[in-house]
Amino acid sequence: MQQSNSYIIIFSVILTIVLGGLLSGVSQVLGPAQKKAVDLDTKKQILGAIPTEKERLADMEPEAILERYSQVINSTVTDYQGNIVETDADGNPVVAENVEIEKNYKKPAEERLFPIFKYTADGNESYILPTFGAGLWDAIWGFVALAPDLETIQGVSFDHRGETPGLGARITSDDVQARYQGKEIYNNQGELISVTMVKGENTPETALGPHKVDGMAGATLTANGVNAMLQNYLSYYQSYFDKNVRNQAMSMNVETSKQ
Amino acid sequence: MSTETAEAPIKEKEGLLSKRRKKFVTDPLNDDNPITVQVLGICSALAVTTQMKPTLVMALSVIFVLIFSNLIISLMRNAIPTRVRIIVQLAVVATLVTLVNEVLKAYAFDMYKTLSVFIGLIITNCIVMGRLEAFALGNKPYDSVLDGLGSGLGYSWIILAVAFFREIWGSGNVFGYPVFEAMGIENFATNGLMVSPVGAFIVLGFIIWVQRSKTGYVEQ
Repeated sequence: MQQSNSYIIIFSVILTIVLGGLLSGVSQVLGPAQKKAVDLDTKKQILGAIPTEKERLADMEPEAILERYSQVINSTVTDYQGNIVETDADGNPVVAENVEIEKNYKKPAEERLFPIFKYTADGNESYILPTFGAGLWDAIWGFVALAPDLETIQGVSFDHRGETPGLGARITSDDVQARYQGKEIYNNQGELISVTMVKGENTPETALGPHKVDGMAGATLTANGVNAMLQNYLSYYQSYFDKNVRNQAMSMNVETSKQ
Repeated sequence: MSTETAEAPIKEKEGLLSKRRKKFVTDPLNDDNPITVQVLGICSALAVTTQMKPTLVMALSVIFVLIFSNLIISLMRNAIPTRVRIIVQLAVVATLVTLVNEVLKAYAFDMYKTLSVFIGLIITNCIVMGRLEAFALGNKPYDSVLDGLGSGLGYSWIILAVAFFREIWGSGNVFGYPVFEAMGIENFATNGLMVSPVGAFIVLGFIIWVQRSKTGYVEQ
């Protein structure tokens, strides 16, 4: 059957309108549910940086997770210089949960916004810091929970977009993430040296010390990505800690010594 | 492909599941399997089969897309201009795939994260386009739905079988459940080869071997 050109054009136009309309309708209907799913996923990852919370997350309903999150997390946003950012250039309030780490990652570090999630529950405190970087194939990101001493890692949660399943993708597994618990990011001289994942697996804990974690066999390049990501992002947060946390602690010390 | 493009002669009153129609569903399961015999849709068979759970979601998505694209194209088969039929097929398939992707994003976000790229790649899955070209364009809607279901199931059981072997040897699990630990074997040595795509080639090769030695199928 050979149709005329006008028939083909009209057919294509109608098809495009019908299919396009269908898709935009679906996206309108599902939009709110998708936004909720993304929001829940982000909050799950943030809470997942705390080991005791992660254990509970698996059995929790979505509503319970959101409620727990609002109870224990207090978030702020800082810039590269460590100043608290409350409004953006247009004067709209900045919400830490809505700051897209990936979009910020594409800007130079000096222009990025850095959300900080402060966790307080049952006498435990920690600073949960988002990180972002490049793995072997695609983006990797994660959240690092730092103890109030700003030195000890309480826990981490990592995720990735395209690392090899069974190799680099193991950064999402609990046993790999547990290796970071209790590691320290400063050396004895007080320099920030971050925590490095070594090459090769099953290195004895005594050989690793407080600044190294056991590696993943066959995934050294992903591990290098994780190392660079941690090193970069931990250094970005230092000015915030210097200005807002260490300073306050110091001035409090001065006041107590005066009394 | 043995399924005919031309319409088979239909009797006046044919049962909903007549012998001829049953063949649409059962043929692709074994004798005319899209993966092992026609060797189509290999890329996704390799990519998603490291674990059974995402494989199952992938299989369901492909079945959905196959059935509905076959149905829609078959309904439109007399209106589609021949010269742009491939574009029309693509548009329909792409719309259905986007639908699946959006639904997963809204209601199964974890699956969306693991599968997202591969769901998108259903658009280019040769099985879908192959069925549209070879069957839906020349057959009635109901027959096309059955054909889509058959090819979908044929694809599904193969990738689930591959995923079963890859997950049990590669990570010692079935559907994420640690079978070996449950049996009391604590230090089951997992095989790294199985989690890499090479493992899928090997398992698939064995399945094709076993199947062809049974059916006696030979490439011409």
